[in-house]
Amino acid sequence: MRIKYLLGLLVILGALGYLIFGGLGQNLVYFLTPSEYLQDQPRYQNRPVRLGGLVKPGTVRYDKDRLELRFILTDGVAEVPVFHKGTPPGMFKEGQGVVVEGRFQEGVFQGTNLLVKHSESYQAPKEGWTPEEVRKLIEEAK
Amino acid sequence: MLKAAHPERPDALTWAFLGLGVLLLPVGLYLALSAPPDVNQGYLARIMYLHVPGAWLGYLAFFVTFLYSLLYLFRQDPRYDRVALASAEIGLVFMGLALVTGMLWARPTWGVYWTWEPRLTTTAILFAVYVGYFLLRGAIEDPELRAKAAAAVGVLGFINVPISYMSVKWWRSLHQTQSIDLTTGKIHMDPAMLQALLFNLFVFTLLYLGFVRLRALVAALEAQKEEA
Repeated sequence: MRIKYLLGLLVILGALGYLIFGGLGQNLVYFLTPSEYLQDQPRYQNRPVRLGGLVKPGTVRYDKDRLELRFILTDGVAEVPVFHKGTPPGMFKEGQGVVVEGRFQEGVFQGTNLLVKHSESYQAPKEGWTPEEVRKLIEEAK
Repeated sequence: MLKAAHPERPDALTWAFLGLGVLLLPVGLYLALSAPPDVNQGYLARIMYLHVPGAWLGYLAFFVTFLYSLLYLFRQDPRYDRVALASAEIGLVFMGLALVTGMLWARPTWGVYWTWEPRLTTTAILFAVYVGYFLLRGAIEDPELRAKAAAAVGVLGFINVPISYMSVKWWRSLHQTQSIDLTTGKIHMDPAMLQALLFNLFVFTLLYLGFVRLRALVAALEAQKEEA
């Protein structure tokens, strides 16, 4: 009796393991890189996709009055122009890793949702650059 | 974590875990609030001192459930089933805490409360499996069959814990990788922050141990009543 249970458990475990490591692994892609997208463009045409990469330094243009954000997303090899309507999240900056949800229209990636990735490293700010001190500096400069 | 045959009230060890945990909780809070802000996230990074212990204890609790479910399957002693139940329940509370604090942290940093990325998806499945564990327990009247079926879920459900932990490395994700990486031993954190985090991990673990022992005792009293 007990051996039967164990065998059943093992079979289920094996099946789940196979699913997860063998089959599912290939399809569980949260975002595409710009290179992957450009290599297989017809496949993703007119389909919502997530593109992930870095915000190319020096390419961010933000129109505060119309809330229009434009920048170039890069993975170091390929580059994709992105247009996003809305305020960028607080941690959005040049060189930052981002994931944009949206679709391509006339060569520009129209983002509907902009997500900012941050690193796993937590470090204290340098002397004189704590959030309060920075706020004070900003207020004094007004 | 086993109780005497006829427990009536919590034993000294349970009180010690609970007492020490409650006593040290304000110290943990003080350390968390006096730890330096993060250079990028500012004070937001302090949610970590709740988020990480929540997730860690969720994982640990489901591991304990896994262990005691296995023991139950081999020995058929209802005491093992009660510890498995207690740990799953406390684990669900801590995992819920990790999910809620994670969402509150995600909105100001990532820009959204929720996204179906690997770490979040696997953790949501993990949470759902242990909700299912209690649905199953509630659905079965026969205590022996209930314990057996629950033990099967307790064993199988645990597969998801290492998957959830490793998801940030195995797949492309939005969630950052581990700051205290148990697989490589690397730590990417300011020493003062690390100290506060480790202390809070310790305090929450004490509370977890106390809660599980207390909950297993309550389950034993319930079983006594059910028999009588």
